[in-house]
Amino acid sequence: MNITRRQMLILLPAAAVAWEAVLAGTPEASSNYKMSDHWWGMLIDIPKCIGCGNCVRACQTENDVPDGHFRTWVERYHRSDWPMTESGEVTANPLIVPEVISPDGGKEGFPVATDESGKYFFVPKMCNHCADSPCTQVCPVGATFISPDGVVLVDQTYCLGCAYCVQACPYGCRYIHPTKEVADKCTLCYHRITKGLTTACCEACPTGARQLVDLKDPKDPIHEFLKTHSVQVLKPQMATGAKLFYNDLDGSVR
Amino acid sequence: MSVFKDAGHLFRFAGLFVLAFLVFLVVRHYVVPKSFGEYGHYRGAAMGEIAAHPAKFAGHDTCEACHSDVADKKSKGKHAHVNCEACHGALFQRLPNPEQPRPNLYKRFVALIIPPAPPDSPLLRHAEDPSSVKPEMPDTAVLCARCHTASAAKPKGFPQVAPADHSNGVPCETCHQPHNPAIDAGGAK
Repeated sequence: MNITRRQMLILLPAAAVAWEAVLAGTPEASSNYKMSDHWWGMLIDIPKCIGCGNCVRACQTENDVPDGHFRTWVERYHRSDWPMTESGEVTANPLIVPEVISPDGGKEGFPVATDESGKYFFVPKMCNHCADSPCTQVCPVGATFISPDGVVLVDQTYCLGCAYCVQACPYGCRYIHPTKEVADKCTLCYHRITKGLTTACCEACPTGARQLVDLKDPKDPIHEFLKTHSVQVLKPQMATGAKLFYNDLDGSVR
Repeated sequence: MSVFKDAGHLFRFAGLFVLAFLVFLVVRHYVVPKSFGEYGHYRGAAMGEIAAHPAKFAGHDTCEACHSDVADKKSKGKHAHVNCEACHGALFQRLPNPEQPRPNLYKRFVALIIPPAPPDSPLLRHAEDPSSVKPEMPDTAVLCARCHTASAAKPKGFPQVAPADHSNGVPCETCHQPHNPAIDAGGAK
């Protein structure tokens, strides 16, 4: 093969760029963390949540979440009473749909509620880290995926920002990062749980309403909890395999 | 070989196909990241990169390594299960990082082939340099009220007061020591 000097000069830089890619390789994962030993999820204990917004603030600090966007947020539900006569007639005019508020994601707490009627409760929300996640299935480039330890992650160097996944998530847990212009979401503090720490939201929760759970750890109290409590996931009819378990969840939550 | 007598153009065409396929293989080798497909249809190295982000909340174990006196006091009271950083804020704080402009098309294309290293994040760490970096002392008027302001929406068993009626503007820590808030445990130290 005869290559002229001109051709050689064109080929060399291209080869150099390619070689760098080969050398770049894969960064080492944390040393004594084995992905196959874990299957992460989270337990949310509704009766313990006081709506202080500590989790939302902690998440923003830990993960540099831009203002106005949330990886986790808290909603306050207000569901009407359904007073009935003995013959089964509803006497009042109840709200069919519960009143849901989440001012700034609940970051600075909630306005004081004075209406004693009905039932109030707080529902912290975040990525459900679905085992059969709709958002990862729609990605056209393989930039979002379920890791072998059960965390739904976004490869932000690979993401194109097409926002298919933002539409696909039935829980509204994704957004397009305003400056990075790629999909962003809860990583279940992957950088913390792989180092043996708990997530920032769990660390900051004053009442223990949030607990990181490892379903592959036989000693995790979650196994006993799931058997002895009335635990639900959101939108079970969508068969997403959600791993965000809600204790004592009201049927009006969507 | 009379069979192939007039088939030269077919061989040339086949050769072209083989060449194109080889070029495809070479290009694919360089364009597809090395770790793509290691675990599935994604870049396996991404997990290591995400895991490499620096943590800012250190966890209560780190705090208690030095502040064992506070941990002891706290363990006796109702705030035993409230972690240090729930009130004091993250132990690790990031220096304000200048916002990077979005890279141009060429850089984004190169980044697809060569994943850029995660950006350096200047962090101040109280645990490493206790004298120069101190977590902010929380203002009890804001801090206590966040959890304990009375609201019909809060769980009934949770201790809550209407701050104005309860203390008439007297700071909470006059009567309640935040680490162990029961009044008989003493007010401000």
